[in-house]
Amino acid sequence: MKKISILDRILLLITGLLAAYQIVVGMKNAGTLAISAYTVAFGVLLVAGLLIIILGFDVLDSPLVVIVSTIIPLSLSLGLVSQYLPSWQAAYIIFVVVGFLLVVYSRYKMEGAMAVIPLASVHGIAGMTIFLLPIIFSIQGKAANGFFWVGIGGALIGIGGLLLAFLKSGKAILSKKTILTVLPGLLLLMAAAFMVGFAA
Amino acid sequence: MNTIKTKLRLYFPLIKSLQTALLMVTGLAGYMSARCPITTRPTMLGLALSLFLTISGSTILNMWYDRDIDAKMARTAKRPLPSGKIEPNQALRVGLIISIVGVAIGVAMDALYGLIIFGGIFIDVVIYTIWLKRKTAWSIVWGGISGGMPILAGRALGIGTVDWIGIALLFAILFWIPTHILTFSIRYRKDYQSAGVPTFPSTYGEKVTQMIIAISSVLAATVIGIAAYGIGTEWGFLRLMAVLSLGLLSLAIASVIKPSETVNFGLFKYASLYMLSAMILLMF
Repeated sequence: MKKISILDRILLLITGLLAAYQIVVGMKNAGTLAISAYTVAFGVLLVAGLLIIILGFDVLDSPLVVIVSTIIPLSLSLGLVSQYLPSWQAAYIIFVVVGFLLVVYSRYKMEGAMAVIPLASVHGIAGMTIFLLPIIFSIQGKAANGFFWVGIGGALIGIGGLLLAFLKSGKAILSKKTILTVLPGLLLLMAAAFMVGFAA
Repeated sequence: MNTIKTKLRLYFPLIKSLQTALLMVTGLAGYMSARCPITTRPTMLGLALSLFLTISGSTILNMWYDRDIDAKMARTAKRPLPSGKIEPNQALRVGLIISIVGVAIGVAMDALYGLIIFGGIFIDVVIYTIWLKRKTAWSIVWGGISGGMPILAGRALGIGTVDWIGIALLFAILFWIPTHILTFSIRYRKDYQSAGVPTFPSTYGEKVTQMIIAISSVLAATVIGIAAYGIGTEWGFLRLMAVLSLGLLSLAIASVIKPSETVNFGLFKYASLYMLSAMILLMF
C-alpha cells in the first residue's frame, strides 16, 4: 500500500476545507431536500478525507469504501435533480434508494461480474446526471454560465469513483499505486470545480 | 541565555503542548461564544495568558506527582521528570508559581472567572491526580470536569455569569473526554497495568469500554449541538457540526461493531480534530 505523503495530506486537507465551506454556505435557491442531499455529499467527502489524512491510504482497504464512494455521486445528483428537475424528484429518490441498496447487497451477496453490474449502473447514471445536467442547463441559460463547472466536477468524481469502485471489486482499471497517487489531486480538483460551479 | 534555552527545552514536554493548546482553544471558544467579534484585545490576551499559565501549571504539577508511575511506563519513562533531567522540587516550584500567577491574572480580570479556573486546577491536581487516579477508573469523570472548566470560565468571562449554555459546554467536554482518554487507555492498556493505574479496559474489559466510548460520543455530539443552537450558531455552521458529529458517531459505532487497533487509533485522532473543529465553529 502506498504510504501517504505530506503533499497528499495537504491536498486532502484543502479538499476537506472546500467541502466544509460548501456545507456552511449551502447553495443558492436550493430547497431543504437539495441542501440536505448536497450536505450529505460534501459531508461524506469531508469525513472521508479526514480519515485518509489520519489513517493513511490503508483505510481504503475497508469493504465500506465502495458503499461510501457511492453515497457521494448519488446524493449530489439527487440534490441537482431536486433543485433543477423537481418533477423528476420522486422518481429519482426511488432510484437513489434502490440503487444504494443494490450496491450494498452486491458488496456482500454477489461476486464477480454480477457484483460490478449494479455498481457500474448506479455510478454511471448518477455520474452522467452530475456531468450533463449542469452543462446542459448552463448552455440553455436555465442556470448561470459558470454552473457548468459542477459538470466538470461531476466528470472528475465519476472518474475517481469508478477507479476506486473497480479497484475494490477486483477489476482495477489502473494500478493501485497510480490510483492512490492521483486520488488526492483528483479530489481537490473536483471539490474546487464544485465550489466554483455552485458559486456561479 | 543558553541556560534559559536549555531549561525551556526541558520544560516544554512537561506542559503537553497539544493538550494545553486544545484546552486553551476551548476557553477562547467559550469566551467568543458570548463576545464575537472580539473587540477587547486586552481581555483576549489576558484570557489566553491566564489559561496558558493555569493549564500548563496544572500539567506540570500532575507530571510532578505522577513521576513514579511515569517511570514504570515505556511511553512516559523518557519524560524529563522520571528520566531525572529535571529535579522534582524544581518542577514543583515552577508548577506552583505558574499556576498561582495564572489564577492571579484570572482573578484580577474577573473574580468569577478566576474562581472557575482555580476550581479547574484544584479538581485536576488534587481530586483527579492526587486523590482518585490511582484508586478508581472512574477518576476520568473528574478529569473530564476539570477539562470542561476552561470553556465554562471563558463563557463566564464573556457574559459575567454562569448560564445553561456554559454548563452544557462543560458537559460537552466531559462527555468528549472518555472518547479521547479511553481510546488512549485501550491503546496503552499494558502500560497502565504495569504502572498499577486502574483504567476502564483493565477494570471492565474492552467491550464495555468501547460501548462507553460510543455512548459518550453520542452524548458529546448531542450536547455540543444543543449548546451551539442555544448560542445562536448559524444553520450553515450547525450543518457542518452535524456532519463532523456523524463522523465521530460512525467511528464510535465501528469501534463497537468491529473493534480494531486502526479504528481505535482513528477514533482517538478524530475525536481531537472534532473537538478543535467544534470549538472553532462555536466562535462564529
